[in-house]
Amino acid sequence: MRRTVFPHKVLPWLLLAPQLAITLIFFYWPAAQAFRQSVLKEDPFGLSSTFVGLANFRKVLSDPNYLNAVQVTVVFSLLVAFSALAIALFLAVQAEKIIRGKGFYRTLMIWPYAVAPAIAGMLWLFMFNPSFGTLAWPLRQLGIDWNPLLDGDDAMALVVAAATWKQISYNFLFFVAGLQAIPKSLLEAAAIDGASRRHAFWTIVFPLLAPTTFFLLVVNTVYALFDTFGIIHAVTGGGPGKSTETLVYKVYNDGFVNLIMGDSAAQSVILMVIVITLTAFQFRFIERRVHYG
Amino acid sequence: MARIQLQDVRKSYAGQQVIHGITTDIADGEFVVIVGPSGCGKSTLLRMVAGLEDITSGTISIGDRVVNGLEPRARDIAMVFQNYALYPHMTVRENMAYGLKIARMSKADIDAAVAKAAAMLELEPYLDRKPRALSGGQRQRVAMGRALVREPAAFLLDEPLSNLDAKLRVQMRLQIRDLHQRTGQTTLYVTHDQVEAMTLADRLIVMEKGVAQQIATPHEVYTTPATEFVAGFIGSPAMNIFDARCEDGAVLLPGGHRVTVADQAVSGDVRLGLRPEDIEIQPEAGNTFPIVLRSVEWLGADAFGYGVIENSDTQVTLRLAGNTHAARGDRLHVALPGDRLHFFSPQDGRRI
Ligand SMILES: Nc1ncnc2c1ncn2[C@@H]1O[C@H](COP(=O)(O)OP(=O)(O)OP(=O)(O)O)[C@@H](O)[C@H]1O
Ligand SMILES: [Mg+2]
Repeated sequence: MRRTVFPHKVLPWLLLAPQLAITLIFFYWPAAQAFRQSVLKEDPFGLSSTFVGLANFRKVLSDPNYLNAVQVTVVFSLLVAFSALAIALFLAVQAEKIIRGKGFYRTLMIWPYAVAPAIAGMLWLFMFNPSFGTLAWPLRQLGIDWNPLLDGDDAMALVVAAATWKQISYNFLFFVAGLQAIPKSLLEAAAIDGASRRHAFWTIVFPLLAPTTFFLLVVNTVYALFDTFGIIHAVTGGGPGKSTETLVYKVYNDGFVNLIMGDSAAQSVILMVIVITLTAFQFRFIERRVHYG
Repeated sequence: MARIQLQDVRKSYAGQQVIHGITTDIADGEFVVIVGPSGCGKSTLLRMVAGLEDITSGTISIGDRVVNGLEPRARDIAMVFQNYALYPHMTVRENMAYGLKIARMSKADIDAAVAKAAAMLELEPYLDRKPRALSGGQRQRVAMGRALVREPAAFLLDEPLSNLDAKLRVQMRLQIRDLHQRTGQTTLYVTHDQVEAMTLADRLIVMEKGVAQQIATPHEVYTTPATEFVAGFIGSPAMNIFDARCEDGAVLLPGGHRVTVADQAVSGDVRLGLRPEDIEIQPEAGNTFPIVLRSVEWLGADAFGYGVIENSDTQVTLRLAGNTHAARGDRLHVALPGDRLHFFSPQDGRRI
């Protein structure tokens, strides 16, 4: 490894300064604020605050609405992670079989990733709006009582679909790369050993993709937990009722809509702990991931 | 056990023909080696037999079935790949049992078959290891074992030894020969290594640019090569081949030398082939031609001299005795062995 040596002591710091400033202002400063707020209680007018220790945490963790949000988040994340992985894997396997127009097909597959979350949300909202949605009408024709504005399960299905749709591209890219890394001769050997395509997929390809799948599972969970705010905000706003209010969305609702800063801050701190755990988990396992060969 | 028949087998990739009509009949239990330089279509031919490549035209039959339209798994063959293609996430035992499980063999039968193959290949200590924890030679044996356990009708091997070091290659070569003698399976073996080809084969298919130049026993290929290509390809060091002219029972060599040869039937311009070990060095001139040595390589039991025919720039390799005193700059008198000359047509390279 070559080390770059700067003649001055100051220059490296100057070069790093913009990045450090951004990190400090937008990450550490708010995080510190969240920690501070989470142990304070503000008076109704926001003029003074008193130290209350862990009272905010106790209150949040015993709040049925919070437990509801935990449940919603778990269901939402599992559904999004599972569907996004399964559909992307299916599409990647199909893309492998294409002989002509591979590049074109792949490019098309990647586009949804470039769509901003809020716009993706609006897109799905319009398509499935119960009164004017282009795709809501056929659903109703099929005898499905479709109304995501009133029915919590329908709303959940809609946000899951929108969030999944956006994440498929990302997973697709990784699966395509993962599939390409599997030597063709392994599948040929399996074919000679008598395996059908399906059998070879489940006994050879799928196990060999395990490192990729595991990596994507963590990434998708993090995505579903934290990066889907825009979609939920655009599609359901957490409703109807609180049926699509995830943990992140509740932080926003309690803090910025209901202005209960202490509760909101306590929730942020809990989320922070979850993110740190997940990231540590990811680093620990992905760095020395399940290697073969 | 099966016989394999190829009938005018051809292969094209996007209009580009790479196999130009190969016909041969491989007997039950025969060991046939496909040999040729890189890119000549050896693997392609083998993969067509295995069912991994479509057959553009012609027919391939294994046993008494035409297999053109059959999937690899319906062909009752086993194959060893150059990179071994072991399933990296399975243990050696699982690798060998994979095909048997698919065939729905009973657990006890599978264990017995794996144990038998493992014993034959001395793999017992490694059965519970993953391939990554094996050496190259051990991996190679696992690949052989995976093919053996299934007791297929035919056994296909694509350069199975090319990733091993020289010593191991010799060892595995003997083992493969030994295995074949024990199992008596019809075997089709691809290699670019002529020593492997010569030592293993009952019969050789020498290929060049998608054409089978000669299909014959190693002895026949060596002593009567069918084309100039085969003559130059088989044998190490390679046969000396140069332009010459035959007339009136004599051969006119480069440099204007003239040597008479008894029972000389060929006449006109030819390509003359002369194996290094067939060159006879005479103590003095007399129906000989002179070679000036440029260098001598001493190998122990024997030595090879590299020189040119005097007054020409035609290079000649010749075998010398191990106790030779010949050295660079020496002038050797060389006779032509009348019964071991090879003549090829300058036009199409065929043997005359
Ligand atoms: N998929 C393909 N598309 C086009 N041409 C191909 C394809 N596969 C092989 N070829 C061509 O067919 C010819 C024969 O290839 P093949 O792999 O059979 O050679 P080989 O004799 O096995 O060589 P080597 O000793 O290097 O393995 C080569 O010229 C190669 O470029
Ligand atoms: Mg090859």
